[in-house]
Amino acid sequence: MDYSAIFSYMYTEIALAGIIVAALLYDLIAGKKGRRAFHGIMCTVLLLFTAGTAFPFHKETASIFGGMYVYDPMYVIVKSVLAAGTLIVFLTSDSWLRKEDTEFKRGEFYVLTLSTLLGMDFMVSAGHFLMFFIGLELASVPMACLVAFDKYKHNSAEAGAKYILSALFASGLMLYGISFLYGTTGTLYFDDMSAGINGSALQILALVFFFTGLGFKISLVPFHLWTADTYEGAPTSVTSYLSVVSKAAAAFSLMVILIKVFAPMTEYWQMLLYIVIVLSITVANLFAIRQKNLKRFLAFSSISQAGYIMLAVISGTPYGMTSLVFYVLVYMVANLAAFGVISAVEQNSGGKVGMDDYNGLYRTNPKLAVIMMLALFSLAGIPPFAGFFSKFFIFAAAFDQGFHVLVFIALINTVISLYYYLLVVKAMFITPNENPVAPFRSDRSTRIGLVLCLAGILALGIASSVFDGISLYSFGL
Amino acid sequence: MIQMEYYLIVSTIMMFVGIYGFLTRRNLLAMLIAVELILNSVDINFVVFNRFLFPGQLEGFFFSLFAIGISAAETAVAIAIIINIYRNMRNIQVRNLDKMKW
Repeated sequence: MDYSAIFSYMYTEIALAGIIVAALLYDLIAGKKGRRAFHGIMCTVLLLFTAGTAFPFHKETASIFGGMYVYDPMYVIVKSVLAAGTLIVFLTSDSWLRKEDTEFKRGEFYVLTLSTLLGMDFMVSAGHFLMFFIGLELASVPMACLVAFDKYKHNSAEAGAKYILSALFASGLMLYGISFLYGTTGTLYFDDMSAGINGSALQILALVFFFTGLGFKISLVPFHLWTADTYEGAPTSVTSYLSVVSKAAAAFSLMVILIKVFAPMTEYWQMLLYIVIVLSITVANLFAIRQKNLKRFLAFSSISQAGYIMLAVISGTPYGMTSLVFYVLVYMVANLAAFGVISAVEQNSGGKVGMDDYNGLYRTNPKLAVIMMLALFSLAGIPPFAGFFSKFFIFAAAFDQGFHVLVFIALINTVISLYYYLLVVKAMFITPNENPVAPFRSDRSTRIGLVLCLAGILALGIASSVFDGISLYSFGL
Repeated sequence: MIQMEYYLIVSTIMMFVGIYGFLTRRNLLAMLIAVELILNSVDINFVVFNRFLFPGQLEGFFFSLFAIGISAAETAVAIAIIINIYRNMRNIQVRNLDKMKW
């Protein structure tokens, strides 16, 4: 076998694994001084990694390890989106990591986060269910450690237990589904399997079980019950990572598998997704209205956003895949901006995350309030911002395939979501408050991260080259 | 020779006993044991399908080997988290994990 092919096609994963090992060793040998420089080093390295792997070197699809690992230019783009999200999470996490009870395990945060990123990369470019399963578990086991990272806080421990038990349960169900797929088709390779898929009763059962496992990762509605608790209890930086990067990877690989493996069963999974989308968007919106904790609030908002992402999956077209990746990119910058503001306020005000604590934030911290407002506008889909365009493309993708009623339901829900996003804006700008959060100056790397997000919110929708660039490589049914 | 169906009956019973246990147990360790039942039933499924339906291959055997290894890693993390909960609250009953709700 030609080993040069491994390096020329798998360079993203190899580089990332190298970074993880280097960070592990650096954490061991660095003294007090070296540890202080750790944040800057990690951010720089991750920036170089993101920039170096952002554009596909090869324009053609290739598979190595006998088809276990698939290289596709589209996968490279998705991986670079995930890496960019991780970079922003790292940038905004510094003020939390500098606290006394997390300072000594700063290295663990980087290593665990990058391990989950490596798992997602393998999950995205898997060509075999074993590879996919290992990637999924590599993404979810370190994630449980991250959720329980603040180990002296009750909430973090509780969230960790809820996450790991639900994750184990979901992956058990998913494996049960995969075992029936294996039993009925005799192979686990994505490309060979679709030949044996014929829509028999056992395969429909397998599809449902398999969908459960990924639905848990994306936190769609019947499988969403862990989401709000885990998001609330986990440290805010981990929550922001969980809400965008992990969700994006799972949504994309779900679409790839539905297209590649379950192509002969299109009407079954479209029906399944139809029900799940309506439930996700509606139920999550109704629950989001009554939340008083901003992290819980954004948890329900992210469930409903996941429902919108599924609108791209249900179409199954190349256009749908383009709009999925674009939606994920836009959602990522907006959500990371919102979580960045929450994290900054939480760290500088002694842990305030309630919606009432944000009353009158505009008076004391006008810049943060404006960034938060723009992020929420983008999440809601108000025209000049990127969120409007991404929602438009998603709706167009589903509408083209004849899901008119579904798009109509989603449109109504967009209006409802506007209401609760504006509740936060109202609290920040209009509601008077005797003692609002005191004015503070956030640290430099948080500011860099927020400016990057802001640039994304303002520019991504207008710069049409982004959407066109993604659409060059997308594929569908 | 024992028919394939008997193995599948055992694995299906294990699967649903695991689901039942996961939903009804009120102790974190008992829930973890229930999840292990689910994962082990999957291993049986893979091995049985491989042995009886596709005897020339090794894919199912390898999948179950990897699944056993990975579920061990998951269990290790889960137990670490449960120990952490015990340190915080001095017991591991699920009804005490109710600080965050709705």
